[in-house]
Amino acid sequence: MAPAAEFPVSQTAPEPLLPRVVCVHRRRRDAPRVWTLELQTAGEPQPPFAAGQFNMLTAFGVGEVPISFSGDPAAPQRLVHTVRAVGAVSEALVRLEAGAPLGVRGPYGKGWPLEAADGRDVLLVAGGLGLAPLRPALYQLLAQRERHGRITLLYGTRSPRDILFRRELAAWGTRGDLALEVTVDHATTPWQGHVGVVTALIAHARFDPQRTLALLCGPEIMMRFTAEALCAAGVAPEAIHLSMERSMKCGVGTCGHCQFGGFLLCRDGPVLPYALLRAPLRVREL
Amino acid sequence: MQPLAQIIAQHPVFSGISAASLQLISGCARNVCIDPGQFLLRHGEPAHTLYLLRHGHVVLEIAAAGRGTLAVQTLGPGELVGLSWLLPPYQWSYDVRALELVRAVQIDADCLRRKSEADHDFGYDMMKRFMPVLVQRLQATRLQLLDVYGTGR
Repeated sequence: MAPAAEFPVSQTAPEPLLPRVVCVHRRRRDAPRVWTLELQTAGEPQPPFAAGQFNMLTAFGVGEVPISFSGDPAAPQRLVHTVRAVGAVSEALVRLEAGAPLGVRGPYGKGWPLEAADGRDVLLVAGGLGLAPLRPALYQLLAQRERHGRITLLYGTRSPRDILFRRELAAWGTRGDLALEVTVDHATTPWQGHVGVVTALIAHARFDPQRTLALLCGPEIMMRFTAEALCAAGVAPEAIHLSMERSMKCGVGTCGHCQFGGFLLCRDGPVLPYALLRAPLRVREL
Repeated sequence: MQPLAQIIAQHPVFSGISAASLQLISGCARNVCIDPGQFLLRHGEPAHTLYLLRHGHVVLEIAAAGRGTLAVQTLGPGELVGLSWLLPPYQWSYDVRALELVRAVQIDADCLRRKSEADHDFGYDMMKRFMPVLVQRLQATRLQLLDVYGTGR
C-alpha cells in the first residue's frame, strides 16, 4: 500500500496553463526505463479524458513534458501515465516515489475517433511505448465489445524484455473476442513468439479492409510503413489514424512548437487521419 | 486429400500461376511434415530446397558464441522458407527450426533451377514471384536495422 500522499498545494485549474498539483500514488516498472505512474489527487474531481489525449506533466524544478493517458477513460479519477525516461524531465518523473508531488495540466488534444468504430473491425497497431496511448482505446472498445466487429491488436517492440503491460497482454491473449499478436525485432532462445517487424503481422491479421478502422501509435517510421501496408491491403487512408508526436509545449495551440505542416499537433492532434498526414509525412524538413 | 498441384496453386507465392508452370513446379515438389524442434535448413549446408509453409511457424536463427541462439525472423502459413537456392553459392545463411508441427510443400530447388534454365519464360515467371519476397524481407530487415523502438515515444 502506498503511503498517504501529502499535497503541498491543492487547487483546481482555473487557467488552461496552470498545473494542478497531484501526487504519485503508485509507480510500476513496465520495461527497462519505462514506468507507469498512477497519480492521486487531493479529492477534487479530475476532468474526464478521451482515449488518445495527453496531459502535460511537470517535474517541479526540472520541466514539463506531454505524456499520453494510458489508463481507463471510464475511471478518470485514476490518472495513469506511462513514461519512458529519455530526457531530464522524464528521468525526473520516473524517479518520483509514492507521495511525491508533480504538476498536471490537461487533458489536451484530440483522441482516437472511437465513435467511428461502431459496426466496424478495429485494428490497433502499436510499436514500442505506443501501446500506452492505445491502451485507453482498447479498454473502451472492449467495454463496448458488442458494438464492434473483429478487434485486433498487433504489437511490435524491440525485444521480449521491452514488452509493456505483460499481465494485461496475457489476459487479452486468452479472450476469444480479441485477436492479439506480439512480435519483437530481436530475440534469444526462450522466446517462442513472432520475430520480425510489426508490419509483417498485417498480412496475417483478419479484418475487412472496407470496414476497418485502424489506430496506429508508435515511432513515426513504424507508423508510416504500417499505414502504407494498410493502404496496400485496401484500407482507406481516411480510416487510418496516427498518433503524432512533436515538441508540445503549451498544449493549447498557442506557442507553435508542435507545428507539423498546417497542424498544431497539441490542438489539432495528436491523433489525425493518414489522409491528412500522408503528404506532410513525406516532407523531410518537417 | 488435395492434389499437390492444387495446394501449390493456393499458396500466395504461386497465386494465378499458369497450368503449364504449375505442372513444372509440381514435378519438383512433395508434401512434408516437420516435427517441432526439427531443423528445416542448417546454416552453411547446400541450399537444395525451399518450403511453402501451409501450417505452423518456423524461426530463422543463428547461433552466436557467447550470445546463445539469436532469432532473426519467424515465418508462418502462406510464407516461403529458403531463398539462398536462387543465387550462388547456393548455401543456407541461417538455421531454420520448426516452432510447432509444420506442414509444408518441399520443392527441390535444383530441379526448379534446371527447369528455369531450360525454359526462360518459366524462369522469368519464377523470378517475378520470388523477387517480391526478397524485397519485402529486405524492407523488413531495414526497419529492424533502424531500431525504431530504441528512442522516441
